[in-house]
Amino acid sequence: MADSETQSTEKVIEVEDLVTHYGERKILDGITMDVRDGEIMVIMGGSGSGKSTLLRYLMALETKTSGTMRILGRDIDDLSSQDFVDLRKKLGVAFQGGALFSSLTVGENVMLPLYEHTKLEIQTMEIMARMKLQVVELGGFEDLMPAELSGGMIKRAAFARAVVMDPKILFCDEPSAGLDPAVASALDDLILTLREAMGMSIVVVTHELESAFKIADRITVLDRGKILMIGTVDEVRSSKNERIYNLLNRVPEDDTMDPDEYLARLTGEDFDIGNQPL
Amino acid sequence: MSETPSTPSGIFRFLDKTGRTTVAGIEEVGNGGLMVLESLYWLFLGFRVKQPVRLNAVIQQMTEIGISAIPIIALLAGSISTTLAIQGIYTLRIFGAEGHVTAGLAFIVVREFAPMITGILVAGRSGSALAARIGTMKINQEIDALKVMGINPVRFLVAPPLIAMLIMVPCLSMMSNVVGLFLAGIYINFELGISLAAYLDQIIDILKVEDVLQGLGKSAIYAIEIAVIGVVNGASVRGGAEGVGKATTRSVVQSISAIIITAMVVVILTTL
Repeated sequence: MADSETQSTEKVIEVEDLVTHYGERKILDGITMDVRDGEIMVIMGGSGSGKSTLLRYLMALETKTSGTMRILGRDIDDLSSQDFVDLRKKLGVAFQGGALFSSLTVGENVMLPLYEHTKLEIQTMEIMARMKLQVVELGGFEDLMPAELSGGMIKRAAFARAVVMDPKILFCDEPSAGLDPAVASALDDLILTLREAMGMSIVVVTHELESAFKIADRITVLDRGKILMIGTVDEVRSSKNERIYNLLNRVPEDDTMDPDEYLARLTGEDFDIGNQPL
Repeated sequence: MSETPSTPSGIFRFLDKTGRTTVAGIEEVGNGGLMVLESLYWLFLGFRVKQPVRLNAVIQQMTEIGISAIPIIALLAGSISTTLAIQGIYTLRIFGAEGHVTAGLAFIVVREFAPMITGILVAGRSGSALAARIGTMKINQEIDALKVMGINPVRFLVAPPLIAMLIMVPCLSMMSNVVGLFLAGIYINFELGISLAAYLDQIIDILKVEDVLQGLGKSAIYAIEIAVIGVVNGASVRGGAEGVGKATTRSVVQSISAIIITAMVVVILTTL
């Protein structure tokens, strides 16, 4: 479990009664949660529970149907497009696959936010990028192309790019996915190191229990678009809720689902929440 | 016995599919138009919000779209113009008028074939590459990464190739005119004994500035079509690598179709 001394009671994200639809289908239903300054909030849930979708809304990448959302004290409904740009400079995101730009070197990827949003000299940007790469233990890799890195190294480089502007909030989507246990554990350590070194709030979406228990100050458990509970690691572990028990003990969801509902989900129309125009 | 509701017949399914396809097509055209307007906004007003279109990105695209395409476009422009000269002489010889081949050749190359061949090649080389690049970026969440970094994807990904195509396609088209007419002139010199100097004089006499401008104007329209079709198809990618392949193919087919249809519409409008 993470050290909770670094967090305060100030809230950097406040979500109240968030409801989202995709067509007729309700994806998130009445989500109310908050993230405190300096805390690591893990969003956990089974496949299709809506955790990655919730993350996209927390990052203000999607338009909600109803509810209110405040990020760093600003209601996102009141933001102009320039306010959005200014807000996003304070957010960092490490995507599941890294999302490094394949046509740029690792160093250029890390420098990109600085290049677009600051008027620093190129040499200064290069120094800052090298420093961030050293933090994620990728010093000396700045001239390589993303295709020349391993999966774990790509994720580390993505972390370096995500924190290069010293964001107030860092979002991580499935940081351990697709990695061997040793590399996944090292990434968990990196998340804790980043929080300790930079004091940022971190929101992590994961379905890896071991990872969640290692890094979380609090855990939000999602199930079918609704929050089952929000609590500390100990509170989640000792929960009597049947669905949380099933999740923690890896009971397959399909064994607990009503057969009619299961069939309805199987035959339901495919959707892709990320399929939006540019 | 009570009537059971009938299942949708084939005609209804066909109409349903046609309607959906039509709406999707209109939506794509609308998205394309908005992207052009947004690109122009970033080009002319981006500096006011401290987000200018980067000149080096435009130059890089100009190199990829324009400079790298010079050899193949020169080769094909020369081949097609020479073929037109051969066929023109063959046809006109029936009427004993092969000496007039230069007039037909000059008009058809400058007004139609040079811009069209250039457009088709740029669509095949760069339009498809644009669709593949944007499609791959989309499935790899790179476009999401741009958004969360506060970098507008249209400014970063769409404006540079659009501007580069608007500059380079007319330039390449002009080069096609020169190379095509020159190589056709060599053949005419060989076949009819008309000297290159006399051939050039004939071309200068026949062609008006408006003829050249019509070709260049068409090239600019083709450039916008290629860029927009590439981007719209790339942005609509679904389903991983297979989706990228489909989008790339669609982009080439749609671009070439748009170029040929535009050529026909313009020639109808300008000769009415």
